[in-house]
Amino acid sequence: MFETFAALAQGMATSFKHLFMKPVTIQYPEEKRQVHERFKGRHVLNRYDNGLEKCIGCALCAAACPADAIFVEAAENSDDERYSPGERFASTYEINLLRCIFCGYCEDACPTEAITLEHNYELSFYDREGAIYTKDMLIVDVPVNGRSTPQPVEPGAFNRAIPEMEDPK
Amino acid sequence: MSDLVTLTIDGTELSVPKGTRVADAAKSVGIDIPVFCHHPKLEPVGACRMCLVEIGMPMRDRATGEPMLNEDGSPKINFGRGLQTSCTAVVGEGMVVHTDTEAVTDVRGTLLEFQLVNHPLDCPICDKGGECPLQNLVMDHGKMESRVYFEDKRRSDKHVSLGDLIFLDRERCIQCARCIRFQDEVADDRVLQFHNRGVNLEIVTMSDPGFDSYWSGNTTDICPVGALTTADFRFGARPWEMTPSASICSQCAVGCNMTVNTRREARSGGKPVIKRILPRQNEAVNELWLCDKGRFTHDYVASPERLTSPMMRKDGELVAVSWDEALNAAAEGLQAASSVAGLAGQRLSNEDYFMLQKLFRKGLKSGNLDVNNRQIGGGDVVAQVGIAAGSDLQQLGKGDAILVVASDLHEEAPLWWLRVKQAADRGAALVVINGRSTRLSSHATHNLQADSGDIVATVRQLVSMAKVETDGTGALDAAAETLITANNLVAFYGYEGLSYEETESLAKALANLLLIQMDGEPHVGRMNNGLIPVWPYANTQGAWDMGIHPALLPSYKAAKMTGMDAVAMFAGAADGSLDALYVVGADPIGDGWMADRGKLGLLIVQELFMTKTAVTADIIFPAQSWAERDGTFTNGERRVQRYYPAIRPAGDSRPDWQILSQLGERVGAGKAETVTSLVFRSLTKAARQYKGMDYRSLGQVEAQWPVVGGDDRYYGGNAFANTAGLGKQWAAVAESKAVKQFEMDDAVSSREDGLLLINAASLYTAGTLIDKSAVLAPRMAKITLTINPVDATAYEDGDTLMVRTDRVTVQATAVVSDDVMVGTAVLRGVKAMNGTAVARLSKIKE
Repeated sequence: MFETFAALAQGMATSFKHLFMKPVTIQYPEEKRQVHERFKGRHVLNRYDNGLEKCIGCALCAAACPADAIFVEAAENSDDERYSPGERFASTYEINLLRCIFCGYCEDACPTEAITLEHNYELSFYDREGAIYTKDMLIVDVPVNGRSTPQPVEPGAFNRAIPEMEDPK
Repeated sequence: MSDLVTLTIDGTELSVPKGTRVADAAKSVGIDIPVFCHHPKLEPVGACRMCLVEIGMPMRDRATGEPMLNEDGSPKINFGRGLQTSCTAVVGEGMVVHTDTEAVTDVRGTLLEFQLVNHPLDCPICDKGGECPLQNLVMDHGKMESRVYFEDKRRSDKHVSLGDLIFLDRERCIQCARCIRFQDEVADDRVLQFHNRGVNLEIVTMSDPGFDSYWSGNTTDICPVGALTTADFRFGARPWEMTPSASICSQCAVGCNMTVNTRREARSGGKPVIKRILPRQNEAVNELWLCDKGRFTHDYVASPERLTSPMMRKDGELVAVSWDEALNAAAEGLQAASSVAGLAGQRLSNEDYFMLQKLFRKGLKSGNLDVNNRQIGGGDVVAQVGIAAGSDLQQLGKGDAILVVASDLHEEAPLWWLRVKQAADRGAALVVINGRSTRLSSHATHNLQADSGDIVATVRQLVSMAKVETDGTGALDAAAETLITANNLVAFYGYEGLSYEETESLAKALANLLLIQMDGEPHVGRMNNGLIPVWPYANTQGAWDMGIHPALLPSYKAAKMTGMDAVAMFAGAADGSLDALYVVGADPIGDGWMADRGKLGLLIVQELFMTKTAVTADIIFPAQSWAERDGTFTNGERRVQRYYPAIRPAGDSRPDWQILSQLGERVGAGKAETVTSLVFRSLTKAARQYKGMDYRSLGQVEAQWPVVGGDDRYYGGNAFANTAGLGKQWAAVAESKAVKQFEMDDAVSSREDGLLLINAASLYTAGTLIDKSAVLAPRMAKITLTINPVDATAYEDGDTLMVRTDRVTVQATAVVSDDVMVGTAVLRGVKAMNGTAVARLSKIKE
């Protein structure tokens, strides 16, 4: 008999204690929870400081993707219309976020660190087609002091296939 | 058996033919020796050193010549002091080869490190990345760590255009010279060369326009790195993303086997599109090669100008209608017409031809069937004495002879030119008879230029000389002697400068030559002997076999009533004696056979594009292109080959055979067919030559040498192993019973007075399909008129001339050259026509 009441009291004590504790729920979307630094959220396509795209359209991300969520089409840069420093850029870049399992293999496969999984986890769509994120939606904003792409450049200024620019940050 | 040499490679004892290289011998027992510069179809050079192995020979006592033995009685082997290149080393009796010792492994790693010293390692953006022999070998044998600083790499041009079709990346080149050697040894277009030496060595092109060769695409296949890439595929896709589909080239009568690579693409709304075309190995047809026309002409398939829905003329305008409406209207119109005729192009599949003749003969009770642009006759002769089943031009060599009459194989059937040239290089006697010098003439043992109009007469004279033993010493006599005494004799015939009727008598004359018995055996009915027509299109042979002929039923049975031929149809359309014309895959108005639709009551066109004929039609059916459907083509060697669908149909189009059979159902020609393989099955019942063939047997393959396309590390190049069928040749009559000499009319010279115009074929002549190819556009043949200096007194090289004959009026640039005979002018770059015509020239003032 005594044991029953002791357990009951213990349970009540726990409930009572929680009345005075800070709640774990937050008022989303007014409030947003901080995620861990290595959290894998939605992908972005990065740019160099001068605004050129890091992506060279090699499609290794698509090859590495276990869910076949990425689709890339490449084209050739010219000095009049330059997207990326090398010869090749991604003319089409699509990620189907309904397929993506956020494993980060694409990030690992990327030779230029063009694609990274960032902290955006707010992914909701009205239809299945809305889940296909195109290059315009994935690419980051042009940095301050940088120019948008395509940009005209001096002939011969960017003749390396894999760009020799400072290590991507 | 004395020609076999026995050696031991890595403990495996094997016997290979004398003269085999060690690397090839090793591959034949499944041992992969890595190579870069070695290619089984090229002469060895030993440039890259990748194939170094330990090779030892049994030692012999110098005094006695006796083999020296170890204590245990085994022969003493001397491995020498260093390693040897297995691509150049020839096998020897008792040779012992080690390919996996420490010394060999070590040197492979070192050599790869050396190859990578200046290699840019831009594999992520390289078109070869993923199917690159260098990448593969580094993964297998490389040291994985470099002692060279990335910054110290040699820098060079990355985007060098070698002509319009091929791009060169100088940094990636590893100087194996495969491309140069291919151009020199195989293609005989010596347009590539090395420039500079050592680390500065680079590939340059010496021709204008750059890389001027019909074979340039092959160099990108055999390049062991990504240094050479094709313009149509540059950055097009990664190799692993594409789906291969086996196909057959639809551009000429050779029937090259190829693989169509497709990939889903955003621009097509996620549907697969053709990304590139690569050769598929068939050693009896195209070996590992493709000409550039076959490789780059595929753009038309994806053209936005394709017809996508059936159309009917209503109130004078062509409007899109449903299939049922169009088919019903066509059936009613054809049944109501007082006379009907069917005209077919020569690129349709056998199934299409079969359904067409069924529609006409069974449904519409009409034998008025013919092909458009009929240029070469003698299909019935070919059925009797055609090249025997199982033949392979690759087997022709010393002691054999090849005769080529009235055809410029280089322009009309490039792969045959290549194989005939190679046979001549191996020692086969080559006799060329034509009205002018062609590319093949320089390889000929006997090059006989016959006066235009006298080609058939010359051949008949040759045949009569071959029949009796003469002691004449003339060139013709010598040629006759060479041909008739050859072990094997293959004769090609074309139509250059000949009328249709002349090609028929030429076929008979050549058949009579082949039928002459030499030591009791004629040159027909046995392997590597017989007649090959250089048909102008991919499936002219199939049209003959399926009875698209006014007088012949399928399997060459004579029809009870001879119908109208193409010429009669055109005349009938003009004067109103023909009421309805059904055109399948042809453009008689665009090709100049008809001025307009004339007095036709009904014109139905089944097409890919809105051709000049289609514009005037009453009903248009959109057909599927060859890449969108399956079917079979029969090549000039009568090899029936199967092709497979690669992409999805354009719009609402249907395969030709289906349209024809659905129309046939409406006019009482039997139930509509649903599956291509079943059409083929019923076709084999009507055409007895095709008996025993079905889609399964046409899809069968056997092992071929060299081994390509597998996971191995030996053949470094893009080519596809043939897993989808080698095709089957049907047997000519001469293979089962004796054929009698053909009766011939008296020879009549068609030589006319005046400057005679020969219309010579060019590979890149403008046409409905090739015009859509963006890559080939700058290479399209210019219209030129070649005249002998004797005739060209009033003109100079480069003058613009107006050329007028009874049939054509065309503006051409003059080329003055003694390649053509006096009294003859050669017109190039316009759609080839039969016969000769008297030309009147006038200079256009500038």
